Amino acid sequence: MSKILFVDLEKCTGCRACELACSMKHHGEYNPAKSRITVFGFAPTAFFIPIFCTQCEEAWCRNMCPAGAITKEEVDGTWIVRVSEVKCVGCKICMMACPFGDMSFVSEKQKVQKCDLCEGEPVCVDACIYGALQFKEAEIANIPKKKATAGRLSESYKEVKV
Amino acid sequence: MYGWMGKILRVNLTNGKITKEDLSPEAAKNFVGARGLGAKYLFDEVNPKVDALSPENKLLMVTGPLTGTAAPGGSRYMVVTKAPLTGAIANSNSGGFFPAELKFAGYDLIIFEGKAKKPVYLWIENDKVELRDAEAIWGKDTYTTQDMIRSETDEGAKIACIGPAGENLVRFACIINDAGRAAGRSGVGAVMGSKNLKAVAVRGTRGVAIADKEGFAKATKDFIENFRKHKADWQDPFTYEGTIGIAIVAMNVMGVLPTRNCQTGVFEGIDKISGNLFNTTFSKRKNRPGVACFSCPLGCGRVGKFPDPEFACEGDGPEYESTGAFGSACGVDNLAAVAKAAYICNEMGMDTITMGMTIACAMELFEKGYLPEKDVGMKLNFGNAKAMVELVQKTACKEGFGNILAEGSYRLAEKYKHPELSMSVKKQEFAMYDPRGLKGLGLSYATVSRGACHIRAEVHDLSVWGLYWYKMLKDRGITEPLDPLAWEDKPWAAKEIQDWFCIIDSSGMCNFNIISSDYPEENVRTMIEAATGISCFGSYEGMMKTGERTFNLERLFNLRAGLTAKDDTLPPRMLKEPMPEGPAKGHVVELDKMLPEYYKLRGWDENGVPTPEKLKELGLVQESRK
Repeated sequence: MSKILFVDLEKCTGCRACELACSMKHHGEYNPAKSRITVFGFAPTAFFIPIFCTQCEEAWCRNMCPAGAITKEEVDGTWIVRVSEVKCVGCKICMMACPFGDMSFVSEKQKVQKCDLCEGEPVCVDACIYGALQFKEAEIANIPKKKATAGRLSESYKEVKV
Repeated sequence: MYGWMGKILRVNLTNGKITKEDLSPEAAKNFVGARGLGAKYLFDEVNPKVDALSPENKLLMVTGPLTGTAAPGGSRYMVVTKAPLTGAIANSNSGGFFPAELKFAGYDLIIFEGKAKKPVYLWIENDKVELRDAEAIWGKDTYTTQDMIRSETDEGAKIACIGPAGENLVRFACIINDAGRAAGRSGVGAVMGSKNLKAVAVRGTRGVAIADKEGFAKATKDFIENFRKHKADWQDPFTYEGTIGIAIVAMNVMGVLPTRNCQTGVFEGIDKISGNLFNTTFSKRKNRPGVACFSCPLGCGRVGKFPDPEFACEGDGPEYESTGAFGSACGVDNLAAVAKAAYICNEMGMDTITMGMTIACAMELFEKGYLPEKDVGMKLNFGNAKAMVELVQKTACKEGFGNILAEGSYRLAEKYKHPELSMSVKKQEFAMYDPRGLKGLGLSYATVSRGACHIRAEVHDLSVWGLYWYKMLKDRGITEPLDPLAWEDKPWAAKEIQDWFCIIDSSGMCNFNIISSDYPEENVRTMIEAATGISCFGSYEGMMKTGERTFNLERLFNLRAGLTAKDDTLPPRMLKEPMPEGPAKGHVVELDKMLPEYYKLRGWDENGVPTPEKLKELGLVQESRK
């Protein structure tokens, strides 16, 4: 089974520990501007939402890359969409192609970067003390959410006099 | 530099000149950051005798070496200036995201000097720094201000700003950053307003470099592990209940919850303002974890929505202090009214503690017949929620009686000839702990440089919270919490906790994280030294000495500002009127017994002046000649 990076939105507090861990791992400094994962907060709903690459099967970035720098490969059962720093020409077309905004640019290197799941051991997941970010088997990733839905359904049935 | 960014931004508002200077490595080593570094630069550059609201005063926004790093709670900055409320040094701390962003833009601190001719705000985008016209924003609340500035700068800009209260020079106006985060106390927002400075907006894309990455990562990990040992007792309650959930009922049970202007420590309406009521009924986050500041594993922030018919409101908070100040202290048992008052304070930019305690003082003056109804324009009995909420708004706008409340409780009570009814030290109001049931905090209230305050030295940690995992206790062979009602062991406890908190407040970390981790001293020391690559302290003793240096420098500032040992006292009620009920029944604060011993332990003479030997020991000889 394949593992995916997954977020339980109920648990994110917007602390940005993931951004710090990501930038330290990939750039050797604490710098959210260089993080491959970015958290956004929304005051009216009081929700926080991390945005990161979801490693698409039909990756728009890969399809548009004129240099063939973006590939999708399986590493120990996990599919990772990667950018080759050697092949990337810094054209940034992938930044426009990705519908989610998950491609970002690193000025010093003049190359794009994206989440590569830390080659199967994502540090953001480790850093998430609240347990919002999870790295788990794709098939069962949504089971807790299904269960919560089932729970609400069961609650609503309680109110119906059968 | 590592940890520090190595740059100071100096903004002269009078002539609009902006300069970048190197951070003094010696000052950084000796005073670390935030609170300590701020005290050092303020002491060196500002005559302590200046009028706090004059252009001669300076306003410093100072981060620490751990701000913007993965140090747990590494989100803080300190606003340091001479305070309009107290006439003493002010150091007001806040978290959120603005402080880290300031470092990401490349600066450790900003020094604002002089006064702008018309309203301006500072826009920092890495190297590009400019003063911009703020006339269209002047008069706007703190949320609208931030929205407007983001729309004309960058949507990712992080902003610290004042609201109308700061513009109107309310003596306890605060500086709000991000969503309802406040550098709250002592009136730092009024200093900003006096300079015609509406806001500071910053966008930074640089990183904070760490000297010893491995050592830093290990200390951070160890710190978190120690912290997780108390997950059920501390981390989870902070996360899921917030400070309102942790403290308000607990303080009432201890009989130290300021009630009706500290006439008692037990509030009969506690269930109607409890954290449980908030979290189950009015919290927007419901059973989800709270809202976190940058890099914080606690997430104590709350957001609330009250569909109350009379006090409908929505906003950030309320946390414990605001709930006590507008709740029990004013005798108000309506959580919606409490929250509404706190939210108005966030919007208008005012300190909730001083605001609540000032209204509480007015209520007592009114009930005792010292404050005539015609002056207030309404009846002002304890428990009058409607009047309370109305007066908060009036204070921010300095309208009617609000004009008098805007001076804080001491000046209010003095005006009506009963200064003893102001529950304040150095004219700054108590936090939500009646010291008659917490003797150590009483001593600390009396001696902390910025006046009555709970977070410059949480001596009560050693008793109340059961948070007694401190090296200072272990070294003395103490394995149980200190008795909060005993005074004998408090002089040394107050001194050591005060020195230790100087380090926490200078590091850039939030003290909530530190009080939740056991034996945090070595990990904090390692984090600071690994981040900066400089052996700032060398040992635990060296670290405590650094804290003591900051505490003494603040003392020198205050003495030169004209404060004396006479200001190291508590309101007569705390010294003479025994607590009428609850676990602290019959107790007063034995300050006369504690203070002389405390001075002696501090190396201060009987007038509270640091001795030449002490100053020499701390490396403050040059400063003492100033």
